[in-house]
Amino acid sequence: MARACILIFALACLSGCNAQQSTLSVFGADAREIRQIAIVLTVGAVVIFAITALLYIRAVRAPEESLNHHQGMRMILWVGAIGPTLILTALLLYALPAMRPRPASPADLVIRVEGEQFWWRVAYQPPNGGAPLPSANEIRLPVGRTVVFELAATDVIHSFWIPGLGGKMDMIPGRTNRLVVKAEKAGRYRGVCAEFCGLSHALMAFDVVAMEPAAFDTWLADARAIVPPPAIATPGRTLFDAQGCGACHTITGTPHAGIIGPDLSRFGERLTLGAGILPLTTENIAAFIRAPHQTKPGVRMPAYPQLSDEDARAIAHYLKGLR
Amino acid sequence: MKDRRPHWSERLKVTLWTLIVPPTIWAGHFLFSYLWAAISCAKAGAFATFPTLFVVGTVLALTLIALSGWVAWNQGRTPGASPPHEDSTDIDRLRFLAKSTLLLACLSFVGVLFTSLPVIYLRDCL
Repeated sequence: MARACILIFALACLSGCNAQQSTLSVFGADAREIRQIAIVLTVGAVVIFAITALLYIRAVRAPEESLNHHQGMRMILWVGAIGPTLILTALLLYALPAMRPRPASPADLVIRVEGEQFWWRVAYQPPNGGAPLPSANEIRLPVGRTVVFELAATDVIHSFWIPGLGGKMDMIPGRTNRLVVKAEKAGRYRGVCAEFCGLSHALMAFDVVAMEPAAFDTWLADARAIVPPPAIATPGRTLFDAQGCGACHTITGTPHAGIIGPDLSRFGERLTLGAGILPLTTENIAAFIRAPHQTKPGVRMPAYPQLSDEDARAIAHYLKGLR
Repeated sequence: MKDRRPHWSERLKVTLWTLIVPPTIWAGHFLFSYLWAAISCAKAGAFATFPTLFVVGTVLALTLIALSGWVAWNQGRTPGASPPHEDSTDIDRLRFLAKSTLLLACLSFVGVLFTSLPVIYLRDCL
C-alpha cells in the first residue's frame, strides 16, 4: 500500500517536469520571486507541521502528572496564538513587495492582448508610435526588457497566465488591466487561459517566444514591413478567396481584412495551430478547416465539410507558406 | 487600611457596549482603507508617495483598540474567584466581559495591522 502511494505520488510529480508551462521552470523575474516565496512557504509549512507532530507525540507519551494545565494554557497562548500571529506578519511583510506592480516607462514595449472564445488577439504597440502590429495566439518578447501587457476581453472573462513569466491577470470585458513583466531567459514557452470561459477553455493556450533583444528588434521590424505575399494565383489562395475566408481573417498585404477571427499574416512562422493545441502541419490545418469543432468544441469558426480533402490541403499549404 | 481611590480604568465598567468597541474600530478602519484608496485613486490618479493620512488613521485605530484592551485587562484583574466566570453575578459578568473584550481587542489589533500593511506597501490603483 505504502509503495503504491509513493509510486502514485512520484508519477504525479512527473507532471512538474515541464519546462514550457510551469511555475517551477521560470524565465521571468516575477515568476522567480513567486517560486522563491512558494519554496519558503512549503519548507516553512513542513517544519511547522513536524514541530506540531512532535508536540503531539510528546503530549501523548508524557508520563502522567508530568504535564499540568497551566503549562498547557501557556503553550496554547504562545504556540497557538502569539507565534502564528508573528509568523503570519513576517510572511506578509516578506511577500508584499513581490505583489507591487513592476515599474514601467512610456518607452517600454506595449503588447495588447484580448481574450476571445477561444483564442488571443495580439497587437504589438512599439514605443516609437506607428500602427500596431496585429497577430494572434503567439506572443514574442524581448529578453531583459520591461514589457507592458494591456489585457482586455471582448466576450466573457478570461485570464492571462504565462506561468514561467509571472503572475496571472484577469481579462475583463470593458476594462483594460495592466501586467508588467520582464523575461530573463530566451526560449519557447506556453501561456494559458486561467479562468473558465466556455467549452474549449482548456484548449485556449498560446505560445510564448522569448527572444534576445536584437533578434526581437529584427523580427518586429521585418513583421512591420508589409511585404505582400507573392500575387501568384496558387490553388490555395484562390480557394481562400472563393470560400470567403477573408471575411473573418486578415492577411496583411492582401484584400483580406476580416477582424472577426485570428489574424493569419505570417501564419507559417507560428509554432502551433488553434491557439496552442495542435502542431502546425498541413494535415492539421486542413482537418481544422473542415471540422474545427472536432478539435475545439464551441469554436466560432464554421465548419467547411463541403471542402474536399484536396482543397482543404491546398488552403493549408497556402497558409503554411505565409511568412 | 485606607481605601485608595480606584483608577479611572477600573471605574469604567465594561458592558456589552464596550465589548464591541474594538471590532467596531476594526470595521471602521476596514471601510476607511477602501474609501481612502478609492478616493485617492479617483482624485489624484495615484497613491501618495507616503500615505500620511492613512498611516495617521491606522495609528489612531490601533491606539484606540490598545486603549480599550488595556481598560479591559485592568477590569479583568478585579479580585474574585478563579474561572470559569459563568455565574449570574455582577463580578462574574464583569470579568467575563473584560476577558472577552481583551481577546477581541487582540484580534482587532492584528486585523487592523493586516489590513493596513498591504495598503501601505502596494500603492496600486488598478
